Amino acid sequence: MSDKKCSCGCGCDKSQQFKELAPVLEKYAKVPGSLITILQKAQDIYGYLSVDAINYISEETGIKPAKIYGVATFYAQFRLEPIGKYLIMLCKGTACHVNGADIIEESIVEHLNVNDGETTEDGLFTLNNVACLGCCSLAPVMMVQGPDGEETYGNLTKDSVKDILDDIRKRA
Amino acid sequence: MRVVVGQGSCGIATGAKKTAAEFEKQIKEKNLDAKVGVTGCVGTCYLEPIVDVYDDDDNLTRYVKVQPENVSAIVDGHLAKGEPVKEMIISDEDKQFIEKQKRVVLRNAGTIDPENIEDYIAVDGYKAAEKAISSMTPDQVIEEIKISGLRGRGGAGFPTWFKWNAAKQNKGKEKYIVCNADEGDPGAFMDRSVLEGDPHSLIEGMIIGGYSMGATEGVIYCRAEYPLAIKRLELAMEQARQKGFLGKNLFGTNYNFDMRIKAGAGAFVCGEETALIASLEGERGMPRLKPPFPAAKGYWQQPTNINNVETFANVPWIIFNGGKAFGDMGTEKSKGTKVFALAGKIKKGGLVEVPMGLPLKDVIFGIGGGIKNDKKFKAVQMGGPSGGCVPAELIDTPVTYEDITKTGAIVGSGGMIVMDENTCMVDMARYFLDFTRKESCGKCNYCRIGTKRMLEILERITAGEGKDGDIELLEELAGKVKDGSMCGLGQTAPNPVLTTIRYFRNEYEDHIYNKKCTAKSCKPLITYEITDKCKGCTLCSKKCPVGAISGEVKGQHVIDQDKCIKCGRCIESCKFDAITVE
Repeated sequence: MSDKKCSCGCGCDKSQQFKELAPVLEKYAKVPGSLITILQKAQDIYGYLSVDAINYISEETGIKPAKIYGVATFYAQFRLEPIGKYLIMLCKGTACHVNGADIIEESIVEHLNVNDGETTEDGLFTLNNVACLGCCSLAPVMMVQGPDGEETYGNLTKDSVKDILDDIRKRA
Repeated sequence: MRVVVGQGSCGIATGAKKTAAEFEKQIKEKNLDAKVGVTGCVGTCYLEPIVDVYDDDDNLTRYVKVQPENVSAIVDGHLAKGEPVKEMIISDEDKQFIEKQKRVVLRNAGTIDPENIEDYIAVDGYKAAEKAISSMTPDQVIEEIKISGLRGRGGAGFPTWFKWNAAKQNKGKEKYIVCNADEGDPGAFMDRSVLEGDPHSLIEGMIIGGYSMGATEGVIYCRAEYPLAIKRLELAMEQARQKGFLGKNLFGTNYNFDMRIKAGAGAFVCGEETALIASLEGERGMPRLKPPFPAAKGYWQQPTNINNVETFANVPWIIFNGGKAFGDMGTEKSKGTKVFALAGKIKKGGLVEVPMGLPLKDVIFGIGGGIKNDKKFKAVQMGGPSGGCVPAELIDTPVTYEDITKTGAIVGSGGMIVMDENTCMVDMARYFLDFTRKESCGKCNYCRIGTKRMLEILERITAGEGKDGDIELLEELAGKVKDGSMCGLGQTAPNPVLTTIRYFRNEYEDHIYNKKCTAKSCKPLITYEITDKCKGCTLCSKKCPVGAISGEVKGQHVIDQDKCIKCGRCIESCKFDAITVE
């Protein structure tokens, strides 16, 4: 575990490879109970938690990688695979379910050719079903997170969802 | 003049930000003397985006469904000439949605700017905290809460004063007061609207609670799925700190109290107190055995008190107006008001706050306006995955903790999902079991494996492969999962199944024995047919994605059942009502 070499193959130092994480670790590494916060910030920076990132956090905090993996897999928010440029969070809450969220999902799956949790081949979209976005009066709803923040779309229909995704694709 | 645009998450989702930007632009272009402000969710979600125009005497005109293209009419008419645009003003009927409510928790929702502490102070904000800390003893505060009869609004309905008192009695080096803002029930958004629309009321409630038990620090455990709520809370805390409402020597006394936010990472089980504490400590959010209760050994093994957002938001009102005023509302055992999130197949969805004891009918039909498209009301789901379905025949049930529990459902955190004749109750049970199975932390065998087996049975039934004995097996498993689980998640997970079997057993039997879904919702159990109303316009055959529909122009069309994927596109496209579902 004491290998300081990077895994990006360029021969740099590991601390160089994860330099964006340095201020986060400086602030939280020694504060007990901060693992979830560190993982959240790491995911914000890199988009997901790679094995290398988990190992690096382990070395810097002294928390065993197995435990970090345990926490990362427990919570719905954490991803161990990279995602596309836009993350589609399709709400599957009760109100959305009653108002046809499954039909919206079918429409997205058909249109983008990806299933829940998968990323399109061009790396543009990742589809993720989520428990509830709390915009129940506008059901069915989805939130799309992209480089310019997140946007919520309500009262979806199987056709409107396709138009929205096409619009995003044009902008990207 | 002031133009205030409602910008909660749902308002923004309907385009409120674009509407506000359009106002800014046009006011500037036309050089008018008007300011554009922001407020949280008013609660009438079905009318978003909502724009309030205040004239110089502070008289309010409320416009609804204001999209950017409607802005110029209001700017040119109302702002420039002082002539309100009548067509877009909220109707008298829609006004009733709010007028029929009794707003305590939502007292400031949709009226103040959540990003400006001065707005909150102007409506007597932080006066309750000042009153409590500078003129009451901790025991007097707890006594006032006891008189109010306030019970936990997160679901369990436990008396708040009792928890506060227990935390006060226990000694510890540190003492924590925690707010559970991890609103995990799918279909509930009461807390989100308070967090986004009136964050200071939560902060003030926590200051008062913290003072009563001698807490040294407050922590808000908020869902990561609510980015706007986190942003506004952080801003509100910073403003409170600058005003001296948080930090050292509050209100000139020697009481010190500060707080912070911890973003949750998405786990329903973290609604359980001990799991929430584990998560705060950076661990997997798994519950542990009680006792010791968190009031004795909680966060970092110190005395800890956890309440829900709505509970805290009630506190400043109670201290300011007195416990009796709160206790005068509601029933003998369920006092005060309760906020419900009305959604599903309802005409007017949104946030509804009513005195406890009001019959369900008054909420769903009186305020919510009844069922969308005037379909038949079938049931209302209350309490999310831990709750159950209350059927149409029990619509007169008063909304109190006791009466709702008798039906097999629970008041829970306040989600009310209304269902009509097209909602399949077996599918509803399957939906919730799918949710609880995914969210089970896996510690107890019955919860981990039992919910999985129950889900498999329900999946079989909704797929048309139900067997004789399935209902009885579900009932048996439900009992065992309840008994064999340590925490509330497992103990209540079977409720949606049990209540649907109790009130809609015939639907289960129809699925199993007659291979029929009466709600016409379970795909494997329905067929699409074209009747002789067909004019042969060929539209449906063009829309069918799998080419299952054939027929000559102007001739009767037919659906090839082997090819049909039951997507429903044909029925949507038919202009002659010629396609039926059986």
